[in-house]
Amino acid sequence: MSAPTLERPAPDEAALQEHFDATIAAEHRIEPRDWMPEGYRKTLVRQIAQHAHSEIIGMQPEGDWLLAAPSLRRKAILLAKVQDEAGHGLYLYSAAETLGADRADLTDKLIEGRQKYSSIFNYPTLTYADVGVIGWFVDGAAICNQVPLCRSSYGPYARAMIRVCKEESFHQRQGYELLMTMMRGTDEQRAMVQDAVDRWWWPSLMMFGPPDDDSPNSAQSMAWGIKRHSNDELRQRYVDMSVPQAEVLGVTLPDPELTYDEASGHYRFGAIDWSEFKRVISGEGPMNAVRIARRRAARDDNAWVREAATAYARKHAS
Amino acid sequence: MSMTSEGGHGAVPTGPEVPVEPKPATARRDWPLYEVFVRGKRGINHVHVGSLHAPDDEMAVHAARDLYTRRNEGVSIWVVRSADITASSPDEKDPMFAPSGDKVYRHPTFYEIPENVPHM
Repeated sequence: MSAPTLERPAPDEAALQEHFDATIAAEHRIEPRDWMPEGYRKTLVRQIAQHAHSEIIGMQPEGDWLLAAPSLRRKAILLAKVQDEAGHGLYLYSAAETLGADRADLTDKLIEGRQKYSSIFNYPTLTYADVGVIGWFVDGAAICNQVPLCRSSYGPYARAMIRVCKEESFHQRQGYELLMTMMRGTDEQRAMVQDAVDRWWWPSLMMFGPPDDDSPNSAQSMAWGIKRHSNDELRQRYVDMSVPQAEVLGVTLPDPELTYDEASGHYRFGAIDWSEFKRVISGEGPMNAVRIARRRAARDDNAWVREAATAYARKHAS
Repeated sequence: MSMTSEGGHGAVPTGPEVPVEPKPATARRDWPLYEVFVRGKRGINHVHVGSLHAPDDEMAVHAARDLYTRRNEGVSIWVVRSADITASSPDEKDPMFAPSGDKVYRHPTFYEIPENVPHM
């Protein structure tokens, strides 16, 4: 986009910073062509890019079951959900591009391992119950993280989050309904659900990130209004929401230390194995190599389609 | 490796080793960027909903349908190349919008009319 030529003196940096700070303090949104501090822009590019990458890579664990869905109904639901994840990724790349990032370049950085995506997608989906548990746990945790982001100080990011959150609710509900259906089935099906719950519960708690005392950048992100709640706050909120849902479903969350604390009104939970988290995000999870290899293949094997469309457009341009 | 919870799906490294600047060579390779406007229903304006990359105008409309109207969000779509948009600064303090600030007489509430005057 190009601005109209307006003759006016360039404001000095201090005045720009002051105006930016005042906009944040007044809870107004920062919009793409506003002046913003370099750190704010970089933090947003990094955060939105990793979020977009997570949505795109997040298609794979569930996509693995598209051809093995147990009924046409489940297949249609799963297709719609996986398509939504692609959409979420694109809304987010679109938001990142308003900050001067470039989608193709971000994709390259993901494939080269220079930018990350959520550790949760480096676990395999072993049975169809995993599809349900991903909807319930993973999308549930994502909703917990994303609802406050609808009020993020950066306008395009907040607006993308509003769209995402509207669609995410279907994701969580279809997962829970799938699990309820299995729990009404055979003993074997109930065992499958419990097994999936056992495998996904702890990685889902890790989705909220390291504990607050080990999250040095959170304070700046909160001051900028990019992030609204601390990691531990959101994790606690998620646990409090999930326990009664597990009770209704009739599954046991795999944490012997999970107890209700009358005084605080919160559920207390056991220690999270952060060494596993660090291992998985550094590339040593069970599925890291597969996820990236597939994304690379999608980029490279389909390059000819993009090139052909470009050639066609050039030929037909008037 | 320093980490924080970011975005909707969890924690990522936050150090300077995570690049955030685009390489110009890659940026030139991609399809052009389009802005997408959707009319939600008859009787209301088209509203900007986001952007997408497409090789040409026609493909941009098809992609916009798939991306922005999966749940009946629209009855009509406009797409326009981002490069073709001319914009003011969105900054509310922009001198561009200052001239309208002191013209309160453009608003109906500027005028005092006695309460016993009907239908006004």
